[in-house]
Formats: sequence, structure tokens, C-alpha cells
Amino acid sequence: MSVDFNIKIGGEAGQGLQTISSALAKTFLNGGYNVFVSHFFLSRIRGGHNFSEVRISDEQINSKKNSVDLLVALDAKSIEHHYDELNEGTVIVLDINSIESITKEADDASYFDVPFTDIAKDISGHKIYSNSVATGAIVGLLCYEFQYLADVLTRAFESKGDDIVQNNINAAKAGYDYAQENYATQCYHMVIPKDKTTNKILVTGNEAIGLGAISGGLQFLSAYPMSPSTGAMLYIADNADKFNIIVEQAEDEIAALNMAIGASFAGARSMVTTSGGGFALMAEALGLAGITETPVVIYLAQRPGPATGLPTMTEQGDLQFVINASQGEFPRCVLAPMNPKDAFYLTVKAFNIAAKYQIPVFLLGDQYLADSSFTVPIFDQDNIDVEHWVLSSEELDEIEEYKRYLITESGISPRALPGSSKHLVCADSDEHDEYGHIDQTIENRIKMNSKRLKKNEGLVKEIFPPLEYGSNDSDITFVGWGSTYGPIKEAVDTLTKKGYHVNMVHFNEVYPLPQETVTSILKDKNSLIAIENNATGQFTKLLYSETGIKISQSILRFDGLPFTADNIIGKLHDMEMI
Amino acid sequence: MSKHIQPQLFDTNQEIEWCPGCGNFNILKALKRAFTELEKKPEELLLCSGIGQAAKLPHYINSNIYNGLHGRALPIATAAKIVNSELTVIAIGGDGDMYGEGGNHFIHTIRRNPNITMIAHDNQIYGLTKGQASPTSNFGMITKLQKHGVINRPFNPLSVAIGLNCSFVSRGFAGNIEQLTSILKKAILHKGFALVDILQPCVTFNKLNTYKWYQERVYNLDDEGHDPHDQQEAFRKSLEFGDKIPTGIFYENKENYLNTYEQNVGVDDQALTKKSDDSRDITALMLEFT
Ligand SMILES: Cc1ncc(C[n+]2csc(CCOP(=O)(O)OP(=O)(O)O)c2C)c(N)n1
Ligand code: SF4
Repeated sequence: MSVDFNIKIGGEAGQGLQTISSALAKTFLNGGYNVFVSHFFLSRIRGGHNFSEVRISDEQINSKKNSVDLLVALDAKSIEHHYDELNEGTVIVLDINSIESITKEADDASYFDVPFTDIAKDISGHKIYSNSVATGAIVGLLCYEFQYLADVLTRAFESKGDDIVQNNINAAKAGYDYAQENYATQCYHMVIPKDKTTNKILVTGNEAIGLGAISGGLQFLSAYPMSPSTGAMLYIADNADKFNIIVEQAEDEIAALNMAIGASFAGARSMVTTSGGGFALMAEALGLAGITETPVVIYLAQRPGPATGLPTMTEQGDLQFVINASQGEFPRCVLAPMNPKDAFYLTVKAFNIAAKYQIPVFLLGDQYLADSSFTVPIFDQDNIDVEHWVLSSEELDEIEEYKRYLITESGISPRALPGSSKHLVCADSDEHDEYGHIDQTIENRIKMNSKRLKKNEGLVKEIFPPLEYGSNDSDITFVGWGSTYGPIKEAVDTLTKKGYHVNMVHFNEVYPLPQETVTSILKDKNSLIAIENNATGQFTKLLYSETGIKISQSILRFDGLPFTADNIIGKLHDMEMI
Repeated sequence: MSKHIQPQLFDTNQEIEWCPGCGNFNILKALKRAFTELEKKPEELLLCSGIGQAAKLPHYINSNIYNGLHGRALPIATAAKIVNSELTVIAIGGDGDMYGEGGNHFIHTIRRNPNITMIAHDNQIYGLTKGQASPTSNFGMITKLQKHGVINRPFNPLSVAIGLNCSFVSRGFAGNIEQLTSILKKAILHKGFALVDILQPCVTFNKLNTYKWYQERVYNLDDEGHDPHDQQEAFRKSLEFGDKIPTGIFYENKENYLNTYEQNVGVDDQALTKKSDDSRDITALMLEFT
């Protein structure tokens, strides 16, 4: 029997939703399932109504599901807010004692009361263990092997000592037993462990970008905290000492990008992490990287704007901004990962492209990718190449005269680091001559601006074609970019199973676009439908301006939430396309 | 002076874009002299600057240079130093550059305490943009833009720095090359963030704070037996800016000194670029995600 089971845990900020969802996720991951964990958080530390979802499947999943198969209600609002999402017979697990009042008249049978707090106090002596009781109860209702949960708890609490580990395991086991003894049919839904030796990991986009940066040779990261990018900075900071990485919390984003550029000029592979608001402050320094030809990687996790917008929600609203930011014209590259696996490899690629072309490279993610946990195969390190594109001291010794901005066929000038030889390295944000000194003459301007833009010719050849998926002859082709890959793919799969002819073309390397390749892929497709997590179809506009391909139908979402396959299919119905 | 290294070593063939008689020339001279006397080699130096007349200075010294954005010399300089602590890093700019546009970096770089020297050509005016008030302009000074006189109270960089326990705080005067050279040398040798604010007459746009105006007011703190390890006294001296203007070393952090940024990060002994290796194994990190 195939498994696609969605558990929603609702409660207030501070109630430990993430602890429960993370323990559940790993419990099922280690039993061989694909797990997808997403969160809805308000920008506050306590109170409000938040929820996490853990979707368990034996299929590769990269997206949320609309309907809920098991609801864990830690507050009354969980029931009010999510009642409509429940399937027929969905069980609501709750601790009646700790919920003030339930306003929804539900079929009594769907409530399953587990006294989380009482059991926690009874078994482990403190109510702080009630989340473990709840987690145990859920695993119990699914009649899943308890040992997986015990292992996860052991690892989660190891650092706090044996007693804490044991208290958590005991509490979880009590919850597990309570569920099995008291639920009418013992098992609400059977989920049987499959494969114990999986090569899968459960990571968020932020963590994958952190791993990619570490693997890709990152040496200096400067940033000013801003949701939803902060997770990447934190992850890297946690591991910085092991790899000689410097992580600097800058006084503002202006300093952050200028520092990354200064570090890069001196020879470190550098990066900043930010969101749209922070990047707005970096716009001038982006041009500085452009004109001084200093490599730098900018990870921008989008959230809905303008201004502060919705700090903890998702949107693909900054694409046109990053492509057009900063005065003047200079080459840049924008990579938009589809999922954490892609994010890992694209991060490595971002560093190499930045180094080779001496340009700023964007990793454009969003809150959905940044904060959700995806099941992905363990990353393959064999093909990771850290390319520096810097002249060695020996090479420099053989050079008679060094010019930082030497005019070359490719537009790329061999890069030397200051202090690495007797040659001096001069960089200037003014228009400059080949030596890097201010030069305001017209001839020089034309020469230098053309040299920088010449790099685009090589750069566009580095861009991989978009990914094509689904049947070859199709009536409908979805065109998407970045993190919408998961929901779009699931929509394609679902519709294909139902007998529709649909496919998708998905872009994860979005700028510059290789015009011929893209045109050849899209030109013969029937009914193109753009799917974007924004209100104005920013990629659609980019595609048109870069290739002349016009997509006139679109499915856009800009309410702060990510797409699901159900949304997309629902919209197709509304459009009478199916 | 060293027999091996000639002052010409730091000359460049760049055409100097300053007005004849500008205080910047003497600052350039003093800085070259300081490098010469300290036996620096051009390739050991990294001169970072922002934008403005003062910020063009790096082009006139044979060295590595990074001439970045208006106001942003300090973050560039700080990060370059942390990556390659073997470089002697100097951040250069005008008062508008360093205290106005870059004011936030000024505050936080003092807190961070990288082992770099910051040189502010303090002409109390915006030169490159042709004569508007700067953060240090005298209260009431009339400019083309501030027709009724400057209504903001002047920013006092020395008081701010001393208040923040900056590790080295000094003021020079472009009209006294001897003293300025000696201050610059001490600032460069000082381990930690060293501020050198330099009174610099702008002969074209600042008709108030002229050579003569400064000359009538400046005096050397050394002549008064000032103790640069006394923060309270240094602060008191920093407030003096009127009929008398103190110059010299106001404050040197006592413990010689606060740990530098590089020490705190653990890279003061070797350039980061020499430390990192490319074969990083992240297997153990990935296993934490199971
Ligand atoms: C972001 C930005 N804003 C404004 C300017 C214009 N600008 C250039 S230099 C300058 C101020 C110059 O004054 P100061 O820093 O005191 O240096 P000086 O020219 O007097 O040496 C201004 C406003 C700029 N280059 N960049
Ligand atoms: S404008 Fe003033 S500061 Fe600038 S070069 Fe001329 S005299 Fe010097």
C-alpha cells in the first residue's frame, strides 16, 4: 500500500512545534520514507498561531499537501483554523486539559484525547516532556516501530546527558503505549518501516546552501541577520571553526557586502546572506563588485515585500530586482535552486562562476526553500571542484608587468591577489585603466565597459538548459523557476496519472538566459502556462525580454504561501484547461 | 632613514588631481615618509579609500590599492586585513566620507578593532562636490548650500572614538609634516585600530578653516606632558576645539592593547588564504541530517 500521509501540528509560538515535527520527520526518514517538513510561522517569539507539517511518502516529494491526515492540536486555534483541511475521519490528537475551549463541533470520534502533560509529569516528572509524549502518541497511532523514535531522541538529547535522554524516551514510550492501548482500533493508520540503510538526509534549503558553501570553499561570510536567510548564516557559523571560515555579523548590509568584497579582493572566497530588504542596502556594493571585478556570492532568500512585508512567508518577488539592481551595466549571474539538492550543487557552481568571471553571483531562494526540510540523497562530493582562477606566486614571478584589468579576448583579466608577489594590485570603483587607476577618457570608458560586458559571452555558456519533465507530446506545459519545482512536478505527476498530457520546463539557472537553447525548448510547446510565486510574472517578463518568447497564461500566487500541487490543479480547473 | 629604501619607491606617475596649495599634498608627503622610515615595501601595503578628493590619495602612492565606494573604505579594509593579516592596511578618506556617509562603519570598526590605520583628511567641508557642509563643519559656517550657516552641531570624531575606547586616537595637522609623519608612524605601528584625524586646509572651498586659522590654534599635546593612557583626560582634551586645538596622540589604549579583531578571530599569525584547504570533507556534517 502506498503511503502519502500528512501530519499537521498546530500551536502557539514557543510550544515546541519544531521539536515535534523534527523528531517525527527523522523517525520516518530513518525508516526509509521521504519526508517533507514545512512551517508556517508568524514573526513573533511567543503566542499567535503557527503550524508545522510533516508529510510522509514513499514517493520523492518536494512540496506540501493541502489535506491533513492527522492533526495534532496544541491549542484551540489549531482546530478552528484547520478544520476545513481535514479528510473524512481525520483524527485530531489533543490534550483536552490544556486546551481552553473547542468551538468546532466535530464528530466525537475524530478526537483522540491524550493527556500529554499528565503523562509527562507522571512518567518523567515534568511537563517539559509533554512534546515527547505527543510525538510518541503520533508514532503509536501509526503503529510504527518505536525504536526509530527512541534513536532520534537519543541523538537529539545526547548532549544534555543520559537522564534527559531517558526521560524523553520514557515519556515518548508512554505516549506511544497510551495511543495503542486507547485508540479504538489500535492503529489509526499503518506505516511500516521500509529500508534501514537509506542514503537520504533531511535538510532545509538554508542548510543545503550552507553545506554547499562549505564544500565549495567558502572562507569569509559577512551578513546582517534577516529572515529567512539567517538559517544559512547560522549553519555556517556553527561549523566555521572546523573549516577555517570567518563569519562576521556586520553592522548593516552595506558593510556586509563591502566586507565580503574586501575579503574577496584579498583572496578569500566570500559570500553574504540576506533577504530583499537587506539586499536593497547592498545595491551600490553590487555595482562595486561589478566594476572592480571582484567575485562574490550573494544568497538572497526572498520573502514578500515591499519594505518589511511578511518576514516569515514566501514569495518570488525579487527576481527583477536582482537582475536590475545597481546603476550601470555589468555582468552578473542568477541561480535559483529548485530544492536543497539543487541548492547544494548550485552553491558550489556559484562560487566557481564568481571566481572565473570575477562577478557577483546570486543564489536566489525563498522562505519556502530556506525553511522547509526536504528528503534528498546524500550529496556527492566526488565531483566538487573548488576553482580559484587566481594567479599563483610562481605565475606572477614570470610576469614582467601586471595589469589588474588587462584587456583580453574573453574580457577576463588574470587575477592576482595583493601581497602575493612583487606585483601591485589596484582596483577602483571609478572607471579605470588597465592598471586600475582612475581614467575618465572616452576611449578608455568604451574599452573598459566593453571588456566587462564581454564576459557575458562566456558566462551564458556556463548556464545549463532548463529541466524538462513529463510526456513529450503534451497539451499543457508549465513553465516555472526556482523553488516551485516541487509542487509543479507533483501537479504534472498527478495529472499524468489521471490521463492528462502535461509536462514542465523548469529554470534553475535564470540569468543570463541562453537564448537559442531556451527558444528551441519552448518554441514548439502547446499552451505554455507560467507558474510563479509573485503577482506580476517576473520570470515571464524576463523570458520575453531575453528570448522573445511570450507566455500569455499564468498561475500566480502572492499571498505569502507556497504552491501545492492541489492549488495548481485547482487553478487549471478554474481556467477550464482541464 | 633606511639606506635601502628610497622615498621615490612610493611615487607613481599618476597625475595628481588636487588644487595647488591643498593640504592633501602634505599628507601625501608625510605618509610616504612614514612608509619609507618604517621600511615598508609597496607590495606589503594595501591602501583602501572611499570617494572624495582625499580618497584619491591611494592612486598617488605606489602600493596595492582598493578605491571603493563613498563611505565604505573601512569595511573593505577590515575584511582585507582579516583575510591577509600580513598586509599593512590603511583606510583613507575625507571627513564626509569617513564620518558622514561611512559614520556607522566608523563606530563599529572601532568596536571591532582590526589592526588597521584610518586616516581622515578633515577639511571640514565637502571638496569633490564643491563646497557643501561636512559633518565636522563649524557651527554657523556659511556655504553655498548652507546659506544661513550650518545649523548642525559638529561631529567630534575624537570624542566619539575615545568614548568607544578606541585603541589609538590622534590628530595631526597638514601644516606640520614632521609631527604628522611621527603620528602616522606610531599609528601604523600600533597594534589595533588607529585613528588619525588630520586638519587639512581646503584652499578652494573652506575660507574659514584656513592654514592661518589652524596655525593660530594648534598646539602639540606632547608639549603639555599629556598622558595618552588616561582616557578621561584624553576625552577632556578631545572636547577642546576653538581658540586652541590640540594635536598629537590623545589616547592609546592602556592594556596595549585590546585584542585585535584578527586575534579574536584567530588569524593574526597567518593569512587566512594560506590556512584553508580545498579538500573539505562534509560527510560528518551530512550525517547529522539523518
Ligand atoms: C553614494 C554617494 N553619494 C554621494 C556621492 C558624491 N560625493 C562624492 S565625494 C562626496 C563628499 C566629499 O567630501 P569628503 O568626503 O569630505 O572628501 P573631500 O572631497 O573633501 O576630500 C560626495 C558627497 C558619491 N560619490 N556616492
Ligand atoms: S577642493 Fe579643497 S580639498 Fe579638494 S583638492 Fe581642492 S583644496 Fe584640496
